[in-house]
Amino acid sequence: MKTGFSRSLQTTIIFFVVGGILVLALGGYFSTVSDSFGRSLVSVQTWVSTRYVVIRNFLSAPGDVVSLQQRNAELESEISGLQTQVIQLQQQLTDTQVLAALVDFSQSSPESVYKAAAVIGRDPSPFLHYIIINSGSNDGLRRGMPVVTNQGLIGRVDAVTAEAARVQLATDTASAVNIRLQNADTDAVLVGSVTGDLALEMISQDVDIQEGDVVLTSGLGGDYPPDLLVGQIFNIRKRDYELFQQASVQSTVDFSRLEIVLVIMNFKPIDITPLIPENTP
Amino acid sequence: MAIASRIPLLGGTADLMLVVLAAWSMQERVESAWHWAFFGGLLVGWASALPWVIPVAGYLLTVGMARMLVRRIWQAPLLAMFAIVFIGTLLFHLLSILGLRLLGNPLVVMDALSVITLPGLFLNLFLALPAFPIMRDLAVWVYDIEDDL
Repeated sequence: MKTGFSRSLQTTIIFFVVGGILVLALGGYFSTVSDSFGRSLVSVQTWVSTRYVVIRNFLSAPGDVVSLQQRNAELESEISGLQTQVIQLQQQLTDTQVLAALVDFSQSSPESVYKAAAVIGRDPSPFLHYIIINSGSNDGLRRGMPVVTNQGLIGRVDAVTAEAARVQLATDTASAVNIRLQNADTDAVLVGSVTGDLALEMISQDVDIQEGDVVLTSGLGGDYPPDLLVGQIFNIRKRDYELFQQASVQSTVDFSRLEIVLVIMNFKPIDITPLIPENTP
Repeated sequence: MAIASRIPLLGGTADLMLVVLAAWSMQERVESAWHWAFFGGLLVGWASALPWVIPVAGYLLTVGMARMLVRRIWQAPLLAMFAIVFIGTLLFHLLSILGLRLLGNPLVVMDALSVITLPGLFLNLFLALPAFPIMRDLAVWVYDIEDDL
């Protein structure tokens, strides 16, 4: 009986002590103690956690290296693919810009029918200025057809196979184009040279020509249609003792960077050789 | 060849076909140089507006000269290589100029020599230096001979 009473008393005392502590804690009387305890607990937790992470990383590292290497390889492969794609897109953009310019040019002169062709080669001989294009007789190309770009005259088709054609550039030494000067309203002959420079010959001494005069095809001789842009005069050589004056021409076309050209399909060159009188002794 | 011809010096370009043929025909065991010269000449003649006879004759002459010289200057193969490339280039260019002039091309000979031939010679001689050991190694590999040079 006595034992049961003392236990009840003990329980009651513990209840009041705990309750008192709780009341004091809720009342904020233990804040200093609880803060110190919390800080210690957090420090211990931080220390344990840091060690745990280090040990976990150490134990799981080999697997991660392999997976990282795989991922790295995948990303590098993806970067290579994307870089290739960027280069292809840049090339396509350049081609599109060139083609857009050519389309604009063809729309500006609707009387002509054009066939676009890509430049696929150049004459291996340094003495000759020819290009090879990827269109031939299967596409309707014929010998003598003029070739242009949106920038101006290129030359004319010299030889044709089924799938390709060789174009003689205006800069070739054997090329001779009848031209007229827009401002001076006079005719002359444009010839090429081994260096690729263009020169005007057969300009009468009494014609007044100026640097910057625009050079256009005249259509004389029947080799080229009239009014194709060739270039501008940039240097004049006039000597009193010569029959004709000469001039250098700056072409509007960069012949070293030809990529796509237009063949004028509906121009039929005229052979006037039989009409030229032979020299009589 | 297409790439080499796109790297001009003034108006001249390297003739890789000629340099390779010269280096190949200088290898003693090589017997197929004549065939390569003929086919190389036909290939260039097909792609070029030059009459096909000119490159074929030019390359055959170069190979003939190489076969002749290699027996006489065998102790100094690099010197022989330079001599062959030099004379071969000159011969080829002179043949080209002559052929074009005969066909009515108003080529100015002095301009052609100074603007095309001289720079071309320089480029060919420059290429001759690596071409000779490469062709020698190729001949060693193809003909399975001991490299005692």
